[in-house]
Amino acid sequence: MNEFVETLLDLPWQVGDPKPAYDVVIIGAGGHGLATAYYLATRHGITNVCVLDSNFIGSGNSGRNTTIIRSNYGIPESVAFYQHSLEMYQRLEDETGCWIMHSQKGQIWLAHSVSTARTEQTRALMNQAMGAKTDYIGPKEIKDLCPQIDLSGGGRYPVHGASYHHEGATARHDRVVWAYAQGALRAGVHVHQHTPVTGLLMDGDRVTGVQTSKGNISAGTVISAVGGNVTTVANWAGVRLPIRTHALQAFVTNAHAQEFAPIVSSNDLVFYVSQTPRGQMLIGAEYDRFASYRQATSFAYLQACSKKSITMFPFLSKLRIMRSWTGICDVSTDFSPIMGDTGVPGFMISTGWGTWGFKAIPAGGEQLAQLVATGSAPLIEPFGLDRFAKEAAMADPSSAGTR
Amino acid sequence: MLWVECPNCGSRPFEEYRYGNVFPVTPDTITDADARNVDYAWMQDNIAGVTLERWFHESGCRRWFTAKRDTTSDEFLPLDD
Repeated sequence: MNEFVETLLDLPWQVGDPKPAYDVVIIGAGGHGLATAYYLATRHGITNVCVLDSNFIGSGNSGRNTTIIRSNYGIPESVAFYQHSLEMYQRLEDETGCWIMHSQKGQIWLAHSVSTARTEQTRALMNQAMGAKTDYIGPKEIKDLCPQIDLSGGGRYPVHGASYHHEGATARHDRVVWAYAQGALRAGVHVHQHTPVTGLLMDGDRVTGVQTSKGNISAGTVISAVGGNVTTVANWAGVRLPIRTHALQAFVTNAHAQEFAPIVSSNDLVFYVSQTPRGQMLIGAEYDRFASYRQATSFAYLQACSKKSITMFPFLSKLRIMRSWTGICDVSTDFSPIMGDTGVPGFMISTGWGTWGFKAIPAGGEQLAQLVATGSAPLIEPFGLDRFAKEAAMADPSSAGTR
Repeated sequence: MLWVECPNCGSRPFEEYRYGNVFPVTPDTITDADARNVDYAWMQDNIAGVTLERWFHESGCRRWFTAKRDTTSDEFLPLDD
């Protein structure tokens, strides 16, 4: 047994069934669900909280991402929100006392054409205006930061320049989930794993609790922090969501003995590369174009993504693919998250995390907890579900996975 | 590898096709005209199971066709009715 597992043994685990009633019930024990519970308990003193999961802690998309933390988004509201989250990540080890393997690497976003160079320049200016540290850099600086790059892009994708996001970072995904799980458990939150929610309890228009495999639980507020299967939960409450579920694949190679310092993304080729603490090269790209609930990796994806990454980094051709994984993502139709009220009393939601949810875990949890506790969270106000009816959709073109 | 039946070209590899989304269906329970527009423009049924969709045979005959697919297995089913 390793040291990390030993720290989990003395946690106040709940045995037996959940209580019949809680102030807040959160569906989904992933990063967002647990972070919300953690901040409800530690910042607002709301400890009569239960987090339910159909599987084990962090078994969904929290365990199936590429662990990148960045705030270089394309619209002001998003930059402000993700920058807050990025700063919370920088302090998370001090706050929770758990080592999340946070490592600041810097992110390079390559431009291979005049039009994408302009996009990256716009991104840098927009980020600076909203307090995120992003600069536009030229090919020489890119080569200094990342000597492995082929600036000619195999002759087809020459590098014109890039936006460089100084505070881009990575953290170990399951450590983050467990940091919040530990903190929440110690603060008195109940976490029940392997307890699928099978329906919602309704009183007229109001959601009053959940039906689970271990009986009914009534709740003052029910929060859905479900990933790809969120539409099922929302349907129980009669809420229509602008969410389509897509599979997102990624893979790691065997360990590369040399350091690969930054995170590198390409706007035209649509892929990103970084190095894990074990030395493996982690490669990902956009989500599958068609909607699917199937968590399957495809050979076509591995082939296409390998080809793209080798174009820019010829050394990758010597490595072998070790492991691949697929998450099913709740992709919103305007590519921005959806947080807060649903229009149904007693039912709140945190969804639309698509391929950008991991970096938002601290701020998403903190703001949603604040909204539950105080009724107001200005930072996430623009991200409400009501934005579609108000013609205020938050179309954000700036995630590597969404173009 | 997944093979998909094109009505014109027969069975071809999945990668030749492009997804064209499901037929948007706005529930009858939404009666307000503005609300129906919002639903049509943004909301998704996002069915986990059998859906009726449009697909485009991009690297083949370049024609659109209707297909029945199970989104939990990505299996294409015969259009019997």
